[in-house]
Amino acid sequence: MKLHEYQAKQVFADAGIPTPSSTLADNVDDAVAAAEEIGYPVAIKAQVQVGGRGKAGGIKLVDDADEAREAADAILGMDLKGIHVDRVLVEAAVDFVNELYVGVTMDRGEGKPVAMVSTRGGVNIEEVAEEDPDAIVREHVDPSFGMHPYQARKAVYDAGVERDVARDVASVLQTLYTLWDDRDGADAEINPLMVTSDREVVAADAVMNIDEDALFRQPELAEMEAEATAGGDDLEAKADEYGFDYVRLDGNVGIIGNGAGLVMTTLDLVDHYGGKPANFLDIGGGAKAERVTNALDMVFSDENVDSVVFNIFGGITRGDEVARGINEALEGFDEIPKPVVVRLAGTNWEEGMEILNEDLVTVEKTLEDAVQRAVANAEEVDQ
Amino acid sequence: MSVLVDDDTRVVVQGITGGEGKFHAGQMIEYGTNVVAGAVPGKGGQEVHGVPVYDTVDQAAREEDADASVVFVPPAFAADAIFEALDSPVDLAVAITEGIPTQDMARVNKRLSEVDTRLIGPNCPGIITPGEAKLGILPGNIFEAGNVGLVSRSGTLTYQVVSNLTERGIGQTTAIGIGGDPIIGTDFVDSLRLFEDDPDTDAIVMCGEIGGEDEEEAAAFIDDYVDTPVAGFIAGRTAPPGKRMGHAGAIVSGSGTGTAQSKIDALNDAGVPVGDTPEEVADHIESFL
Repeated sequence: MKLHEYQAKQVFADAGIPTPSSTLADNVDDAVAAAEEIGYPVAIKAQVQVGGRGKAGGIKLVDDADEAREAADAILGMDLKGIHVDRVLVEAAVDFVNELYVGVTMDRGEGKPVAMVSTRGGVNIEEVAEEDPDAIVREHVDPSFGMHPYQARKAVYDAGVERDVARDVASVLQTLYTLWDDRDGADAEINPLMVTSDREVVAADAVMNIDEDALFRQPELAEMEAEATAGGDDLEAKADEYGFDYVRLDGNVGIIGNGAGLVMTTLDLVDHYGGKPANFLDIGGGAKAERVTNALDMVFSDENVDSVVFNIFGGITRGDEVARGINEALEGFDEIPKPVVVRLAGTNWEEGMEILNEDLVTVEKTLEDAVQRAVANAEEVDQ
Repeated sequence: MSVLVDDDTRVVVQGITGGEGKFHAGQMIEYGTNVVAGAVPGKGGQEVHGVPVYDTVDQAAREEDADASVVFVPPAFAADAIFEALDSPVDLAVAITEGIPTQDMARVNKRLSEVDTRLIGPNCPGIITPGEAKLGILPGNIFEAGNVGLVSRSGTLTYQVVSNLTERGIGQTTAIGIGGDPIIGTDFVDSLRLFEDDPDTDAIVMCGEIGGEDEEEAAAFIDDYVDTPVAGFIAGRTAPPGKRMGHAGAIVSGSGTGTAQSKIDALNDAGVPVGDTPEEVADHIESFL
């Protein structure tokens, strides 16, 4: 779960990381009033979860009220890479002489947290990592001790941060690590961390991704989640509500299955046999009939879907429960909205096959046959 | 023959009084697994499926001579349960739990480096030696004893590939589900080493997926060390960057690492054929035997 910039800034500021003064606004008048209050120049920044906001016109620097009005008017309501902008952050512009990068993430290869510092801030850090990996200093942290202050200093001095601000940068890094650790961060990042002409450091941007598996012990952040995901994909929001692992894609074959690896494989096979997956939907382990009904409801409500394939290999999940759910979902229709192919294997598949109403669906025995049939169905509907 | 578990393995089930723990302990016993104890704090003295329950894993291991543990404990308490297993006399801990916070697993990972106990999982279906023992939630009836070792990051994909093998009469020595999380105990390299060193494993299936670099590391290891023929499968070819595909670890990063293609290329370079479908994986294995 990714926090919005304004949320991450608040979390960072509360922890003691210097951030520019700022106000959130959802209309032009409030944005101008906020700009007047803060004092020019200010930056007006679209609050949406997309990368490259600046280049796409979602961030504008303004020097007076007229410019502020014009910028707020242009940004509020704009469509930024497919997402509607309904809020802006009005923020004091920082008079900077230098841009740094600091970040903390989990190094999955090492199974350890890693803190990072670079003097090449303000640019796409992933590109820097690829072109010039030595430009980013990495310091692994023992998660049972946390980051020692010397480690923060070591990273900052090794990165070649100017001496007069090194202590402040080390302190920001240390705070960022503690925050990442306390709040179950997946990634925490400040890019850029600006060095002002007065030799102060200020977090001009803030990125905080939270480990979704840890939200149960982060009630304050869990509350921010609904807000953070607002304005995103409607179907993905619905999937959250139903508690499915769901990813929307741009094809027309709807895919429902159990278990991440098998559902991914079903997607890959749809592609292999010349079709295009419309979604990834994992109903999870041990799904009961109601969950299966909800899954079909979700995929049917995606207007891009022309055909559906249901692929279940029961372990914990039972074929009879799945069959009951499919029947329930389909029996309510006078006409089935999209053709459904079902493949049941594993636990209780035979009981499932007895229950399944074969007037409503097509049954295939193997994964390969089921996928090919669903791809053919989609092609037929498409014509 | 087999790796890690067989019919001598004496199993303690952590969380045996919970819904999942109780059901799957029963399934394991029915399969023939030597389940000797349960461990649940506060429930010591009870019995489940005729098996004595202890308050701690340490007590269960000492009293019943258990040498392996299976963890069916909810995510919030699972890391603590794994720590408990690692600090007890058992040699092997299998963590089934899905959704353990990654930072908890980083701490577990640190502890693993200090102890001799092996961890499989978390977020995995477990391990099975067909006809002898299963530790976890795998459906026993699709497996058959034989000479193919299988290691996989995904549970249901394992079932799919195993059924493709079993249908052709190709049985398995042991199948290890290593789990779909970013930080796991036993990885591909560990599992490949076990199968390579097992005289009864004549071919190996390795099922990977997008995210991380474990498959690339495995490919390098195969190149260096493994003479047993290996066939691979990689799930997630169609996954878009930046989206988590169900498993916490199944995500292609924004900078393009962890893609299916990079894994397939690495495996091919190490001489490992990668099937486009599970059926093709079985074709490769058949050609090896």
